[in-house]
Amino acid sequence: MAIFISRKLKTMLKIKNINTYYGQVHALKNVSLHLTEGEIVTLIGANGAGKTTLLNSLSGIVPSRSGQILFNDTPINDLYAHQIVKMGISQVPEGRQVFKPLSVEDNLELGAYLYNRKRADKTETKKTGEMVYGLFPILKERRKQLAGTLSGGELQMLSIGRALMARPKLLLLDEPSMGLAPMVAQEIFQVIGNLSREKKTTILLVEQNARAALKLANRGYVLETGRLILEGTAASLLENKEVQRAYLGKDKKEIWER
Amino acid sequence: MLGGMLTFFFLVIFGLPLAPSIILAILISTIVGITFERLAIRPLKNAKPIRLIIITIGASIFMRGAAMLIWGKDTHALPAFSGNDPLYIAQATILPQHLWIFAITILIIIASRLFFNHSIIGKAMRACAYNAQVASLVGIDVKIMVMLSFAVSAAIGSMAGIIIAPLTMTSYDVGIMLGLKGFCAVIIGGMSSGLGTVLGGLLLGLLEALGAGFISASYKDAIAFIILLLILFFRPEGLFKKKETERV
Repeated sequence: MAIFISRKLKTMLKIKNINTYYGQVHALKNVSLHLTEGEIVTLIGANGAGKTTLLNSLSGIVPSRSGQILFNDTPINDLYAHQIVKMGISQVPEGRQVFKPLSVEDNLELGAYLYNRKRADKTETKKTGEMVYGLFPILKERRKQLAGTLSGGELQMLSIGRALMARPKLLLLDEPSMGLAPMVAQEIFQVIGNLSREKKTTILLVEQNARAALKLANRGYVLETGRLILEGTAASLLENKEVQRAYLGKDKKEIWER
Repeated sequence: MLGGMLTFFFLVIFGLPLAPSIILAILISTIVGITFERLAIRPLKNAKPIRLIIITIGASIFMRGAAMLIWGKDTHALPAFSGNDPLYIAQATILPQHLWIFAITILIIIASRLFFNHSIIGKAMRACAYNAQVASLVGIDVKIMVMLSFAVSAAIGSMAGIIIAPLTMTSYDVGIMLGLKGFCAVIIGGMSSGLGTVLGGLLLGLLEALGAGFISASYKDAIAFIILLLILFFRPEGLFKKKETERV
């Protein structure tokens, strides 16, 4: 018998009509999207579509010029990046940007920077640290090493681990599989899946690898030159002919001739 | 300059004892450093480092001018911290002030190593220096860190000015030469290597003294800059820095 848990899931993040500019360049045009608690939502799109910009607007690095971003019903568009982390949104930036001159351990410690004051927080941080080392045992092995000496996959693990140290309610992942060997990328996707299943972390996943991302996600959005052009459940997007043609690399002919 | 002049100011004009004068001088220099950051550095968002450097140079000229107007052009000497009777150690003559300089320098080096390698704030500062944007993504308030780094460097700078003032005298325009020599030491040691810089400084001092003795005392300053140029030509990463392999 299936057990029906009728817990009403609430909307965690609501983006309403945001517009973001880089100087004169209009990078995000009236983008609206939402995330429900516990979901994995993926954002796919070509290079330069504005995926990273959307994450950076969310994180407060490139603030949106108009529109509203509500996180658990609190507007966060006017907050600074470090305050947004405090609200519970952590970003794993693209390109595995860890603090290379610092050790693995120090990188993780800085991930928990918010929690360096109260003693109770510190014991909690220790637990989170153990959790991260549990997710990525290789990091524990290399914890004294400088982050700059890690391999690509390990850097990505460290980057994710560092974001988890802030104990985020919402995790923003910017192209975690970029430039990784397929096996390693798969491992990273597995960990993301586990995080969602076991830790109930809500995840917004930006990916170039649309197939892998849609397989993992509950829902997806398609971004094209700054506009959201499609949204739907992951399954329906996988079936969508336009998505198949543009992002899944199915042969154009095969689709049009049938 | 500020450290030395302020200490002199409190010591002579207000008649305070030496220790409180020094503490006050360091405090005020630190406040000046913070104010400078607030007024001249923070309003410039996303400015290139070269512009910030030029602004800093401009501000230092301004501060020298202000100091000249306030305290005049005279050169002042601070009293040595513990007398002027030279000590004879193994046939070498040194002033007690030399020992003070050595001791305080070593203390500052140890303190800054502890701070940057073992405290969370120090690590956060290094993270900001490496990548400010990502630092803000882990929840570090980059602005506070920038301000703090100005405060720390102002405090250390004024401390340095104070401990050498009894030997070199202080006036409104000391510091330029010291700053340039300090820059030489940094280049010799290799940027961002703390201990390398110290060794570079010692090496520079030694070469200068030897050059002054063997060639001519009037070339003392020139020697420092010839060394600087040679290092920049032949080993721009510094003498003590290990070559880094960058992973991409």
